[in-house]
This record gives sequence, C-alpha cells and structure tokens, in this order.
Amino acid sequence: MPRGPNLRSRWLTAVAALPVLASVLVGCGSSGGSGPVALNWYNFPDDSGALQEAADRCGQASGGRYVIHYNKLPRTADGQRQQLVRRLAAHDAGVDIIGLDVTWPAEFAEAGWIREWTGPVKEQATADTLAAAVQTATWKDKLYGAPYNSNTQLLWYRDDLVPTPPRSWAEMLAQADALAKAGKPHYVEIQGAQYEGLTVWFNTLVTSAGGTILTPDAQAPSLGPPAVVAAGIMRDTARSAAADPSLPNQMEDQNRLAMESGTAAFELNYPFVYPSMKANQPELFQHFKWAPYPGVTADRPATVTIGGIDLAVGAYGKHPDLAFEATLCLRDRENQLANALKGGLPPSLRSLYQAAELTESYPFAADVLAALDTASVRPQTPAYQNVSIAISHTLSPPAAIKPESTVADLRGQIEDALGSKGLIP
Amino acid sequence: MTTSASTPAASGAPTAAGRQGRAGLSEGARQERRLGLLLCAPAVIVMVAVTAYPIAYAIYLSLQRYDLRFPGQARWVGFSNYWAVLTSPFWWQALWVTVLITVVSVAVELVLGMALALVMHRAIFGRGTVRTAVLIPYGIVTVVAAYSWQYAWTPGTGYLAALLPAGSAPLTDQWQAIGLIILAEVWKTTPFMALLLLAGLALVPGETVRAAMVDGATFWQRLRLVILPLMKPAILVALLFRTLDAFRIFDNIYVLTGGSNDTGSVSILGYDNLFTALNLGIGSAISVLIFLCVAAIAFVFIKIFGAAAPGGEPERR
Repeated sequence: MPRGPNLRSRWLTAVAALPVLASVLVGCGSSGGSGPVALNWYNFPDDSGALQEAADRCGQASGGRYVIHYNKLPRTADGQRQQLVRRLAAHDAGVDIIGLDVTWPAEFAEAGWIREWTGPVKEQATADTLAAAVQTATWKDKLYGAPYNSNTQLLWYRDDLVPTPPRSWAEMLAQADALAKAGKPHYVEIQGAQYEGLTVWFNTLVTSAGGTILTPDAQAPSLGPPAVVAAGIMRDTARSAAADPSLPNQMEDQNRLAMESGTAAFELNYPFVYPSMKANQPELFQHFKWAPYPGVTADRPATVTIGGIDLAVGAYGKHPDLAFEATLCLRDRENQLANALKGGLPPSLRSLYQAAELTESYPFAADVLAALDTASVRPQTPAYQNVSIAISHTLSPPAAIKPESTVADLRGQIEDALGSKGLIP
Repeated sequence: MTTSASTPAASGAPTAAGRQGRAGLSEGARQERRLGLLLCAPAVIVMVAVTAYPIAYAIYLSLQRYDLRFPGQARWVGFSNYWAVLTSPFWWQALWVTVLITVVSVAVELVLGMALALVMHRAIFGRGTVRTAVLIPYGIVTVVAAYSWQYAWTPGTGYLAALLPAGSAPLTDQWQAIGLIILAEVWKTTPFMALLLLAGLALVPGETVRAAMVDGATFWQRLRLVILPLMKPAILVALLFRTLDAFRIFDNIYVLTGGSNDTGSVSILGYDNLFTALNLGIGSAISVLIFLCVAAIAFVFIKIFGAAAPGGEPERR
C-alpha cells in the first residue's frame, strides 16, 4: 500500500513534465510570427569565442529581424559530416546556415541539401574573395557556398638548425639526414596517419609535380607519372632519417607537439602552430621560422592544398533569404578579421592580408596569401569522402609504398569509389 | 474420466492409463500455456517493435543499392551487396582481425578470470573489498578507459610508451596495435568473466572438494577432475557471453587506432560503410553478416552446451 501514492506522484511528475518537454522541442524549431526569426548556424566548435561574437553581432545588426544560434558541431571532420548528413537526409528544417569543410560542397549540392547562390548575394560572396576558395564552393559551374575562412600549410623550421630553408623535398631530406648524422634534432613533422591529412599531403605533392588525382570532369582517376613521383617522395620521407617514428599515426596536433618538444627541425603544418609555439616554448620560438612549402623540384614552387570552411544555406530551412543575408554578415570583413585574430584562422578575403591589424600578429600573412594564390583544390566530386578514404588507406603506412604498384592499386580503388561500388576499408 | 470410455478396448491397460493421464494433463497444460502466452505477450510485442523491426529493415536495405545522399536512386539489387562484401578483401581482413581478437582475448580472459574467481572464492577476509577492486575496470566506461590506454601508448604523452625503447610507437604497427587492443579488452572484461565463474564456483559442493582432499588429491587434480567438470555449464555460459561480446568489438578499436593499419573489426567496417560512405545497402549487408556470425557462434555454443548439460545425454569419455 505505501507504494500507491508514491508511484502515482511519480506518474504525475512525468505527466506534468510533458508540456515542458514539448515546449522545449517547439523552441528548437523556428519561432512563430512575432519576434526575430531564429536562424541555426552549424559550424565547427570554436573555443576562442569569435564565432559566438559574430553570431551575436549579426543578430544585433539585423535590427531585430533575426537572431543567429551558433550550434557547435563535433570536433572531428568525420563527426561534423555525419551529424550534418543525418540532419539533412532527414530534411531537418532547423538547419539554416552550415559550415562545410571545403571538400563537401560537391556532395551536399548533388544531394540537394544546400541552396545555390545567385544574383546579388553571389556577387557579394565572391567579391574580394580568394579564387581557390571560390573554386572549392563551386560545383558544376554553380556557387553553393560563401568562403568563410581559408587555410594552407607552410614549412616551419628552426633557423638554429637549418640556416637556409629547403626549396625541395630532396633538399629537405638531405638536410635532415645531415642533422641526424650530427646528432641534432632532425625530424620532418608531417601528417602521416591514415586520415584526411595523408590525402592532403598526397594531393599537394601530385599537383606540385604537375598532375591531378582526378580528370577535369571528375569522372575518372588521372594520377599518372606525377602520382608515382608523389608516392615516391612519401615513401622516401617515411624511410629516411627525417621520419618521426610516430609518422604513421601523426596528425596536425602531434606534429605541433613534436616540434614544440624540440625533437624536430622541420614541420609542414597550418599557421595555428605559430601562436602555440609562442605561448608554449618562448625559447624555441626565437628560432621558429617559416618558408614556402618545399616543391617536388627546386625550380617549381609547390601548389599547396587549400583548406577551410565554406558557409552554405540549408535547403530545408524556412527563411532562405534571411539565411543568405546572415551568412554574408557572418563572413564580412569585421567578423573574418576577428576570427583570424582570435581564432587564428586565415581569412578568405584578399584585402585582409594587407590589413595592418592582421599582419601584426600574422607576420607570415604575405606567405600564406602567396600559397593560397597558387593553391590546389582537392578532387571535387560527390564521392570525395570515398575517394579520400581510398587514397589514405592505400598510401598507409607511407613506408610501405611501392610507387608504381601502389598507384596502380589506387587507380582501381578510386574507380570503385567514384562509382560508389564495393566497400570502403 | 469420460475419455476412458472412448479408448479402444484392444489397447492394453497401461497405454490406456497413459493416454488418459496425458489427455487430462493437456487440458490443464493448454490453459496454463494460454496464460503463459498472454503473460509473455507484452514483452514479445516490445521485443518485436525494438528488435525484429530494425533487423527486418536492415535485411530489406541490404538487398538494395541505397545511397543516403540519393534516396531517389534506390533500387533492388538482390544479393549483389552480399556478393560485393564477400568478395572484398576488406571484409575478410576485418573478419580475420575480429576472430583473432575474439579467440585470444576470450582465452586469456578465461584463464585470468578463473584465477580471479578462485581468489575471490577463497578470500577469507576483505571479501567485499577484493570483489569491488576486481570489478573496477568493468565499471569504467569503455571509451574512457580506451582513451587512457591511447594516451598511455602514444609517445610523448604516455607513461607506458616511455617504458618502451625510444622511437617505438606501438599503436602504429598492425601486430602491436592488435596486441594492445586485446590487452585493453582483457583488462576491461576479465572481471565480468571472473564474476560469472565465481557464480559457477559457488555451485561446486564443498563436501565433494573436501572428499577429494581426503583422498589425497592435489590442488591441480581437484581443479581438473572435480571443480572444472562441475563448473562446466557456468564456464560455457561465460564463454558464450564473452565470445558474442568480443566478436562485436567496436569502441576499443575506434578509440585506439580508428581501424587504421588493418586493425579494424567487422563492426568498424560496417560503421565506416554506413556512416562515412553513407552506403546503406553495403553497410546493412555487413550488419546482417555480422548478425549471422553471432548467430552461428551462439548456435555452436548452445549445441555444445546442450550436450554437456547435467542430466542430458550420457557423459562422453
């Protein structure tokens, strides 16, 4: 008998909670007729606060027409894509503005999940914007996103160990070998784990050798002799004294940590390593210098793979016009500058690279801009994810590459990936 | 009973009595069975809703070419997804890794779990403390434990990697990584094995063991000839549970290596094809094949288990 009232009150609590729950759920959707429209912005998780400030600022600047809710996606790119795909495949109307990795617009556009940019908004989204960045947001000659931030790799090195930075991979490996023989720190830090970073390394080398991974129409693998050269450089690096023993498991952050711990002489990485070195290792920072990414040959500069985020407008949102407008605000000059200074991400607006505020804390801005002006784009295809997995799986671990046969193997796997045939490893 | 009148006179008395008894029983049994079915019905309905429907839907998806990005292009392809999986080297590689991890980890867990169970069974003082301490690894969330293993084995951040010769990165090598995955798995689930075996040990009558002692049996003789045969049903149940669990290994691998360098299990392969390649057809075919493997393991174990059940068929010697 004592259980009676207890159980009943628990039921009552549960029933009483239902309207609260329902109202919370309703609140997740777009708001009703009165008050500002709530736009949901899904983007990578930013710890600097720059993205939240941009969302707040744009909401205030709209004069009460909309507010932007910044929703943080998971930390890894795969996790971000999975969450976005699940929402959009289910036609989630609560996805208004989406931060897409530069490799995803083709896939999302082909699936009909994002809206095309046309007319005046297209002009605003491309004005003063880096050409390679616009290229990443373009699919079948239509624009599907507004470039938000860009990114590219530079060669970082220690000038106490390396007086003149190498211009080619062969020079760099020779310098590392000489340092190793002298018993000095000599590792070359590069992303060798089986993941997207390995694909980026391969893409940079293939395009620097004058080739491409896919044919221009993205229907078949191109590869050829440049890919064999690229695979050879990766193999040579992995088997030389320059290779960090952790190479087959290293991503950008392990590279940064290795450089900061003082075991490496070279690092191929994004500019986020610069403020980090400044904060963590002030003594090493005195000798922490940068140079253009080494080429395949000394006489031909490298074409480094472009990274970054394109902002797209979801196809199922209820307020596309406001979403386009809000997106343009989020990527305007002021917000990009704040994102570059606080968040450390290179902007996609050309003119910002000359701004004094930026060059002050980005002394390498001119080198980043030069690299972005000649940057290469990763294969643009709706099957990009499968193609990238085929590449990183076939080339992993780099020490086991046999250039000719590995590239032949890769050709077959990319053909399967483009046809959505078979399994991915 | 009226039924006795209808029994043919030709049949002998014992047969008539037997039939009469069975018919009487079946009347009551039928009612009991009906009540039993009614009592089971709610649970069965819930089970059908939460398990049978997804399984049936997975089988349905596995017979289609279905890309999550292009649902409009979905079409029937019969068994070609199964053909694609079964002819793929990735499937056989993953299956081989899975079987290796399952066999080695379950074997090691059985030996360690038995030892722990004996210790817990014989502990005279601090029994509760010992049992709690043994259970701690099982209580830790697998992903959390896996992350601490991952950091521990990564050079530069880990205390275990620091014990190895300079320049070794064990998680980057296929064999070493599989070894570490097995280690993490064993560390994590040996307590579970030990608990199941402890329950089995409790079934062994103390006087039987003491009788063997009086007869001069050594510890090993008692274990081998008295305790283990009596514990056989409990051991088989423990092995069945752990084998089914180990075969579906996902989280440890996902955190430790992400399946790189050919360390992925069949579950990792299914996950990647479903959620990264967004290929619902192939991914579902892999899921169904994993389900069939698990069913086969359970079938084999239950066959053995049935043969060894006390009071069943005569002992094989």
